[in-house]
Amino acid sequence: MQKAAAAQAAAAFFFARTMTVSTTRQQAWLHRFALLTALGTLGLVGLGGLVTSHGVGMAVPDWPTSYGYNMFALPVSLWLTGGIFHEHTHRLWASLVGILVVVLTRWLGGKKAQLPLLVIGLVEILAGIGLLRLGADWKGAGHFLAGIGGVVCLVGMVWLRNAAAPGRLPTLGWIAFGLVQLQGLLGGLRVVLDAGDLAGIRLGTLLGIFHGCLGQLFLALVAVIAFMTGRWWSQPPERITSLQARPWFVTATVLVFVQLLIGATMRHQHAGLSIPDFPLAYGALWPDMSATAVAEYNLKRIEVTAANPITGFQIGLQMTHRLLALLLLATVALCVGMSRDRGLRRLAKFWLGLILVQAALGAWTIWSNKAADVATAHVVVGALSFVTGVLGCLIYFRRRVRDEAPGPAGKSTSDLTRSVAA
Amino acid sequence: MKLNRTLAAVGSLAIALQMATAGNITGKVTLSGTPPPEKDITPLKDDAQCGKLHPGPVPKTQFFVVGPNHELADVVVVLQGDSLKGKSTGATAAPAELDQIGCIYTPQILAVQTGQKIHVKNSDPVMHNVHTTPTAPGNKEENRAQLAGGPDLTFVIPQPEDFLRFKCDVHPWMFAWVTVVDHPYFAVTGKDGTFTIKDVPPGKYKLVAYHRKAALKGIAKDVEVTADGAKVDFVAEVK
Repeated sequence: MQKAAAAQAAAAFFFARTMTVSTTRQQAWLHRFALLTALGTLGLVGLGGLVTSHGVGMAVPDWPTSYGYNMFALPVSLWLTGGIFHEHTHRLWASLVGILVVVLTRWLGGKKAQLPLLVIGLVEILAGIGLLRLGADWKGAGHFLAGIGGVVCLVGMVWLRNAAAPGRLPTLGWIAFGLVQLQGLLGGLRVVLDAGDLAGIRLGTLLGIFHGCLGQLFLALVAVIAFMTGRWWSQPPERITSLQARPWFVTATVLVFVQLLIGATMRHQHAGLSIPDFPLAYGALWPDMSATAVAEYNLKRIEVTAANPITGFQIGLQMTHRLLALLLLATVALCVGMSRDRGLRRLAKFWLGLILVQAALGAWTIWSNKAADVATAHVVVGALSFVTGVLGCLIYFRRRVRDEAPGPAGKSTSDLTRSVAA
Repeated sequence: MKLNRTLAAVGSLAIALQMATAGNITGKVTLSGTPPPEKDITPLKDDAQCGKLHPGPVPKTQFFVVGPNHELADVVVVLQGDSLKGKSTGATAAPAELDQIGCIYTPQILAVQTGQKIHVKNSDPVMHNVHTTPTAPGNKEENRAQLAGGPDLTFVIPQPEDFLRFKCDVHPWMFAWVTVVDHPYFAVTGKDGTFTIKDVPPGKYKLVAYHRKAALKGIAKDVEVTADGAKVDFVAEVK
């Protein structure tokens, strides 16, 4: 009897240990996969930046087909022609990120995610077939949608009995799933509806700005998922001495996003540099933005690629971008000064370093007359700054303040409260 | 039938009379001031395919094509007057031609009539796409691919517009600007800065010279055309 009990206990111990090890391993792999997705998304942001920096967003004028070909069957000779290379690579890379996100959604959602994925996939396949029946004009879109549906279905069919990730991770996975499809659609509409007009603004410009900003938000979301699947997040939150820096982290993160929004607006107007000098602006601290002055700036600027004339609004926008950069620098410096916790202080210092690099890249963008690689590096470092801010805020909102005054036997009041509650 | 013949004869007589009394407007456009230096088109040189088509120095932008005595080329000179509006003969005029040579549009400045055909050629061993970006209401944006050695593309612009941009999205440095006029009385200055507008019916008009940079909104001058023609010179200014 005793022997049987001992054997049972040993088996239970072995099983529990195996389960723990396999769960830990699975978590580690999930984290690695989420990191890969985040890195892939960062690469995609960079490629999108290259497309806009080179001004080749319309190099492939159709979507979801590419010059009438299925996107994945475009002849290499065409792919390697001029700006088609950047635009088409962006599309292919986006498809890869899309697949990664679908797998991530399945992984995060566990077995429970299977059925919804199957249903969504089937609906997309049926919608794709429906589009095919609408006529030749819809053939490409029909194949594309059915293709997406096929991928979603396939991932839904994978019969793994993994448990759902803890907390809100499955929900975040589903949000990423929705966003990646919306982002793909926006990118396509930016091409298809380029010549359209909304309230006097070119639709290609509007959708391009929206596509650029949503891309940054999507990257931040995937980075958050990667962070929350990591080992650090699974440990109980540490208590820190002060939350003083938290509002500054939030303010700076919002400022970074506003900067990204302004940057996207400047870039998607394809007017080149509206102010060609730095640190001065047209030789002055504040440039003349009158109609006469703008006409003269346009007369004197020699554009190589971005041939749209500049406007007073664009000059104002770049000045706002410059001033906000100063404000942002000061705010992140405050984050460093106000962070009492060692880890968070280190993070704030890293952030400040990124902002300084970003400022230098901004200046270099102007001095290089908006060289495509420099301008793209400015976009990528901007994205990293935003991700850093979002993760910093996440850490701050998870942590609680450690009570200063120790209670009896060296226990803090909050520790006591917790034991009482237990 | 007889009536038709009579009408045709009267029409021909009227045209002949008009031709007999019509005059040419000639002139020259010069540039005052120093234009900003043209820039190297480095993306062209960096492009794997287009770069090979320019083994020599990096091609430069061509905004200010100025002669040794300040003669300014690529100025579109257009006659303006109420009597000229809607007199386009574009439908029967010979097609204008725009070529893509060495991944550069040639010419970069062109003027045509409304309804006149514009044949866009591709003389390059590279694919281009021809993307028109009009701003005048009634002119439709078009974006068409043109393979290496592919047939000419034909564009017809129905409404007048100044400097309608043609561009290639595959090679984002490629631009041409086409001014569309709703009558046949216009010209583009050559490298010597001169222009001739032929067979202008006698009368008082406004003559306007447009340059992509130095006179985007135009320099206007009054002109009276007689059977002996008229001569008008312009000076575009770079401040």
